[in-house]
Amino acid sequence: MAITSYALVEPYARAPRRGAVTRLLEDERWLALVLLLPTVVLLALFIAYPFVKGVELSVTDARVGVPGSFVGLHNFAVLANDTIFQAAVWNTFVYTGVTTVFKLGLGLWLALLLNRHFKGKALTRAFVLLPFIIPTVLSTFAWKWMFDPTFSVINWTLYRVGLIHGRINWLSDPDLAMISVIIVNIWRGVPFYAISLLAGLQTINPELHEAAAIDGARSWQRFWHVTWPLLLPVTMVVVLFSVIQTFADFQLVYVLTGGGPANATHLFATYAYQIGVGTGLLSQGAAISLAMFPVLLVVVIVQLLYIRRVETL
Amino acid sequence: MAQVLIRSLNKTFDGVHAVKDVNLEIRDKEFVVLVGPSGCGKTTTLRMVAGLESISSGQVLIGDTVVNNLPPMDRDIAMVFQNYALYPHMSVYDNMAFGLKMRKLDRVEIGKRVQQAADILGMQDYLKRKPRQLSGGQRQRVALGRAIVRHPQVFLFDEPLSNLDAKLRVQMRVELKKLHSRLSTTAIYVTHDQVEAMTLGDRVVVMKDGMVQQVGEPLELYNAPINRFVAGFIGSPGMNFATVRMSGAKDGLRADNAGLRIDVPAEIGLRLSPYAGRDVTMGIRPEDVRVANGSDPAGLCFDAVVEVVEKLGSEILLDLQVGDQTMVAAVDPTVRAKRGDKLRFALRPDRLHFFDTTSQAAI
Amino acid sequence: MIEGAKWRRWVFFYIPLGVFIFALLFPFYWMMVTTVRPDNELYRPWMAPNYTPFWTLHPTLAHIKYLLGETLFNTWMLNTLMISIAATVISLFCGVLAGYALSRLKFPFAGGLGTGIFITYLVPQTLLFIPLADIIRNFRLGDTPWALILTYPTFLIPFCTWLLMGYFKAIPKELEECARIDGATRWKAMVYIILPVAVPGILSAGIFAFTLSWNEFIYALVFLSSPQEKTVPVGVTSELIRGDVFFWGPLMAGALLGSIPVALVYSFFVEHYVAGLTGSVKG
Repeated sequence: MAITSYALVEPYARAPRRGAVTRLLEDERWLALVLLLPTVVLLALFIAYPFVKGVELSVTDARVGVPGSFVGLHNFAVLANDTIFQAAVWNTFVYTGVTTVFKLGLGLWLALLLNRHFKGKALTRAFVLLPFIIPTVLSTFAWKWMFDPTFSVINWTLYRVGLIHGRINWLSDPDLAMISVIIVNIWRGVPFYAISLLAGLQTINPELHEAAAIDGARSWQRFWHVTWPLLLPVTMVVVLFSVIQTFADFQLVYVLTGGGPANATHLFATYAYQIGVGTGLLSQGAAISLAMFPVLLVVVIVQLLYIRRVETL
Repeated sequence: MAQVLIRSLNKTFDGVHAVKDVNLEIRDKEFVVLVGPSGCGKTTTLRMVAGLESISSGQVLIGDTVVNNLPPMDRDIAMVFQNYALYPHMSVYDNMAFGLKMRKLDRVEIGKRVQQAADILGMQDYLKRKPRQLSGGQRQRVALGRAIVRHPQVFLFDEPLSNLDAKLRVQMRVELKKLHSRLSTTAIYVTHDQVEAMTLGDRVVVMKDGMVQQVGEPLELYNAPINRFVAGFIGSPGMNFATVRMSGAKDGLRADNAGLRIDVPAEIGLRLSPYAGRDVTMGIRPEDVRVANGSDPAGLCFDAVVEVVEKLGSEILLDLQVGDQTMVAAVDPTVRAKRGDKLRFALRPDRLHFFDTTSQAAI
Repeated sequence: MIEGAKWRRWVFFYIPLGVFIFALLFPFYWMMVTTVRPDNELYRPWMAPNYTPFWTLHPTLAHIKYLLGETLFNTWMLNTLMISIAATVISLFCGVLAGYALSRLKFPFAGGLGTGIFITYLVPQTLLFIPLADIIRNFRLGDTPWALILTYPTFLIPFCTWLLMGYFKAIPKELEECARIDGATRWKAMVYIILPVAVPGILSAGIFAFTLSWNEFIYALVFLSSPQEKTVPVGVTSELIRGDVFFWGPLMAGALLGSIPVALVYSFFVEHYVAGLTGSVKG
């Protein structure tokens, strides 16, 4: 196996002449520019530009087919006095707050249940995510059918069990409508919370629980002192994501109630749709949509600050 | 001619001056080792030669070309990484062939070269396997093979043996040395392990805090370190240091402290005369300290209490309490000593080193 | 497992889990039963004595036949499929390149751009749909699939980028460095070495993007008007309801069949989907 110096076989080759494009792309900064260009263009065109246009629209009195003129904050003043808008604001906050609390609680419970070993665990986990996978509009129709006052299976069950004696107008009673909408949102969101929190639970070293158990902690104490603090980062991210999505929700309410009955379930998004697309008052619709922005901004900032703090820990 | 010239090389990261004015001349076919503690700048220097870090100031020449602005792919070098960096989605064969494909060599030539390297490294059996199916030692071989097939002008090694277990490390060291003599290619090797440096290098470069401390052949560094850092870094167990006061006696100088009274031999005495009346650092290696027998002159002996006895089989290490300091002696395995024994030890006079206490330079 | 007596296991584990699963899956069962339930049973009020909600003894394919034969459902399916695939491809392309750049290259404003892309993910479609409708009209894209194919990436790319950044970060930089020393340009190193290793991540991102596209509603509702251009969610919502009358049979059939492609993709790639979901949450 004597291989003698085969380094002498070729003389030192001069570095090949590289084309201009190749040399340019070798530079980290130019390569980054080229790689990021498509993304930046798309996002600028279809997010940044519409956002600016939205702001512009909201300070005019444009309607469909009628380009408007500048009216300053008139639209917002009108909204401030609009009882339906006020109701929509209240509804959105209640909707977001209540559903988040329940989604977190139930999601956590389900995650804790799924965190054990049992036969068919993978299959169960796969099925559990279904409400989140299936298109919202389609599954919401199933619920609408389930809630129908004349044909509702829920009413039938409750009647049989003896809990009610007449029909429940799930979707046509203003208070019940809100509850119905909240129920469907919780149903849809629990899997997302559960699976995400489950992933978080699985990163917690089981030895920590064992050490705590040996130290004498009972199961709820172990949860409160070991599990919950370690789960907090994941929980925060999930909650903040979910709050933004829920706050800006449209599909669910649109399908179930359309914002009714009597505007009892309107959210920012559905009201904006009704005003902007339904009645063609573009500028007012834009103003309603934009009114969401301050709240979302606060939530985004909180999330960024939190992530930054966690990263520097 | 694949010599590597490093001229006044500097590197600053975020305000940290990691490499300070390094000058090195690595001759064609030479195996040079850069050694030093973590953070001394050895890896950064290597990466600048490779083109993976930009050069803040100075020049690197490979052959007779300034390569400062050449991307790594055009420098005709090959590198072996500490964690092998094998492409996980490719077989061993494809891992080795990748560089050749990038250079547009034809299939036949690629096949030849890969087989050649596989023969040298004894890898024929696992050419078709994927990296995750190989052991640590096998993966290291593949990393080597990948470098060899390229027939580069310079090999670069970044602590390649650090991830192997102790026995494998010793084995691979020997193989590397054999490989180098077979391939006769210039090589720059970075390690923090001074044993690797001493055994592998034709010349060794000791670095600390971004600066070159000393360059020389291994034995030169061992016998004639130019400062206290190099003296303490090379050799295991490390050199013993003691702060002593020089005083003039009628037949020469004497070095004293709480536990030692040593007569300085005449040859060194000349260099030390300016230090009469002052403190200097004295150094003696453990292997140059032995149990005194009757014939040792008193001026070269000292008394000590044995604290710890470490029996290695080939030698015995004694941790000694000498006055108010500790020293280590590496003595013959036949010596009988136990904790608490008070014994007399002798130093070899020609193996004494002295260092200035402020500049740390050898006197 | 829960330690202790068997009854404890039942009370604290099996029963709650069972209730959860039942609650989560019942609506789908309801969808399926309604789809095959004949009209005369369907429109029987719940107070009536022979109301049999949980099963039907006379299953029928009439609703499905009506859906596939008398409505534009097939067209909607094709539209949705085409739009989702196209949007996914575009988003993956942009997301892979952007994710690579943000996680493995050093350049000025990298942090700012990353944050910027992250923030756009949090600008909901319901905020932009009115001005965007105008813009779409100005670009003459109104009522064409392109209105959606070009706008869906706005919420798909940020997510894909973020997800892929996580996968890219986990790949050791030595792999790329070695490739570059071996003779590859940065571009080739990315394509031949990094991308193949990141395939699981790319798959996860792609599947997630596909499901998100299929689920989108408001843009499709606002930008498309002709019945033959509509996507499944919009078509089912608008065309199967005449005035106040809901055609529940075909409606449920549409809901069921419309969910199948997504469910199929999901079932083949469950692990990847979950990995995508949890990867995005763990950052």
